[in-house]
Amino acid sequence: MKHRTFFWFILPTALAMLLFIALPIVSVVTQSLFTPHEQVFKTVESCTPFKCTEATVIDTEATEALREESPLGRFAGLSIYLDRGHLATAEVAEAWRSSDGLKDFFNKLGNLPFYRAMSFTLTYTFVVTPLLIILGFAIAVAVNSLHRHLKGLVIFFSLLPMIVSPLIGSLVLFWMIDSRGVLGTALQWLFADPNLSLKASTGLTWVMLIVYGVWHSAPFAFVVFYAGLQTLPQDTLESSMIDGATRWQQTRYVVIPHLMPLVTFVALIQLMDNFRVFEPIVGFNASAHATSLSWFIFNDLGGETRLLSSASASSVLTILGVAILLSPVLIRTWRDFNEKG
Amino acid sequence: MFLKKAALASVLALTAGGAFAECEISARVNIVGNEFPAIQTIGAGAKECTGAEVEANLTADHQKINLAGMTGNPAEYTSAIVANSSIVALMNDDVIRPLDDLVAEYGQGLKKNQLITIDGKVMAVAFMANAQHLVYRADVLEQVGVEPPKTYEDMLAAAKMIREQGIMEHPIGGAFAGGWNLAQEFTNMYIGMGGEFFKPGTAEVSINNDAGIASLEMMKALSEYMNPDFLTHDSNATNAEFRAGNVALMNMWGSRAATMTEAEGVSDEVKAGFAIAGPMTVGGGEVPATTLWWDGWTVAKNISDEEAASTFIALTHAIRPEILNEETSLQAVWLIDGYEPTAAATGVFEAATANAVPYPMLPFQGLLHTALGAELTDFMQGKEDAASALADVEAAYVAAAKEKGFLQ
Repeated sequence: MKHRTFFWFILPTALAMLLFIALPIVSVVTQSLFTPHEQVFKTVESCTPFKCTEATVIDTEATEALREESPLGRFAGLSIYLDRGHLATAEVAEAWRSSDGLKDFFNKLGNLPFYRAMSFTLTYTFVVTPLLIILGFAIAVAVNSLHRHLKGLVIFFSLLPMIVSPLIGSLVLFWMIDSRGVLGTALQWLFADPNLSLKASTGLTWVMLIVYGVWHSAPFAFVVFYAGLQTLPQDTLESSMIDGATRWQQTRYVVIPHLMPLVTFVALIQLMDNFRVFEPIVGFNASAHATSLSWFIFNDLGGETRLLSSASASSVLTILGVAILLSPVLIRTWRDFNEKG
Repeated sequence: MFLKKAALASVLALTAGGAFAECEISARVNIVGNEFPAIQTIGAGAKECTGAEVEANLTADHQKINLAGMTGNPAEYTSAIVANSSIVALMNDDVIRPLDDLVAEYGQGLKKNQLITIDGKVMAVAFMANAQHLVYRADVLEQVGVEPPKTYEDMLAAAKMIREQGIMEHPIGGAFAGGWNLAQEFTNMYIGMGGEFFKPGTAEVSINNDAGIASLEMMKALSEYMNPDFLTHDSNATNAEFRAGNVALMNMWGSRAATMTEAEGVSDEVKAGFAIAGPMTVGGGEVPATTLWWDGWTVAKNISDEEAASTFIALTHAIRPEILNEETSLQAVWLIDGYEPTAAATGVFEAATANAVPYPMLPFQGLLHTALGAELTDFMQGKEDAASALADVEAAYVAAAKEKGFLQ
């Protein structure tokens, strides 16, 4: 392609990416480096239906003057990234100095919001992603061997978890596993423990969220693999049969190698998605046991006083986290591409 | 379609009779507010006004959109319906206007105690009051032979008896869900223990003290008698537990009292046994362990004077004494002239007469509330002791307050 043609060809995409991807990232990074001005207080009398009292309020005129001087706020550098709500460098250093042994250190680390969120998010990501790939692959192979009259129906039902919106799906499950819900009661009966509650224990809440994650995302892997199976080279398959390959050997040496690029694709997308785990935490009301960076952003912006800088810093950390997670896969793809080229 | 609606509206207006006072406005009105029956009554009342368009966006997510919708110039919303906690965010960002001249011109019908005055300026007009107080099952308490508890210590004693006699396994209910609800319960308890949240006149938090620890210990003791899922139960879920007959004692919002047992499938036993009492005290304190709340409306700053006047007229119309009837009287504890307290309002009235404290209207209280909601869950699960949980809260608050410029 001529450079000129290529330029005009790529221009609309490049513009859209600049507008909808690059600029928002620049904006988020900028916001995370600035914080609001120091607030000027004054004490005044305030009267409610109940009584009058002395109250502290913000002197809006004085604050407005400050704001006009520098509309972006105070330059904070990386201080938001390093504060207790995020990387908590000072607290981590203190924990390192004052702890006796690694176990104590990790306990103290688990008390800091960012590291607690990371421990859940990474566990979730690295358990859910492989499980959903295996499950999705198993469903795809099973459906592919069904009689064609049955296929349509089974495909529809297999896709249901993905069709249900995540928040609704998690709410449905939330009520079912309630200690008075149908699954919760069934588990109590099964384990003969009337006080068993999935929602009250951190470990069981994690298990529940992971099961939900696999249930919700497996259909995505299934659809992709099922599409891949339709392009399976029949010649190779037949020749392997002639060579006397068993069903397992056919799957292992013909089907899986053929689908490998798709596995990379699904892994990429799902690593990214699972790292941003959010809806199930809200749907399951699980914030007491499990949090994630996305939930931080929600929490910072949902309170009565909004923390924009803190939310921006969490967003940037999410972007960095995704980049780190994806880097091995991306590097591999890049190397493969170069080898072929 | 429009004609049909117009015809229908006029028929409705006519059949409703002359009770409708005149309400003529000349500019647009757009209200954002929470969604519960009393506020829907207000929204419908404002929409009776003619002459210009009146819109109302009533949603449980109002706090997420009201500030953004009032920051622009001209503002999208001409009014936000707020409570004592949520007005603070609007005042911090200076998006609502003082109402003194509007009150003088159009607000003759308003009572003095409806006017929320800050620094000598009227910033909001309150129309209802709310508070958390005790609701209980009179039949169950009778069965074990105790009076309705006046203190949290009595509540624990009663719960112990109910459990020991095998009537209920988890007799206490409470909105202890991690986040806003849990923070609210701590706020109640801490006030009941006589604690002060901040060093006077500053934004420096001071809750890691005896009152704070005693508050947490009491919350932990209560949770022993709660459904094990208590950290996921908000007021909707506790309400459902009460309706299902699983709970005999709980601290509940007055605004829910009227509809507490009004739902399909609530047994007659629960309906007949349902009773309301005032808020409880704790730790021998005088002040009840609860907070008083008001709900009221504001007028945006970044709109024309004509729109502000129209908004004020429409909302004053919506809270005129004539709106009170059998149905609306039950919806809230109204601060409107001529309101006769119903049985459902007993709890809130007792809270007010027992000198309960209003929820603090400090610019930084919201940050502390968020920190409490996120950091107290470890203690409630028994993973941490009370003092270190409170130290965590203070540390989380300090980080947020520094960012916001409340602390240096």
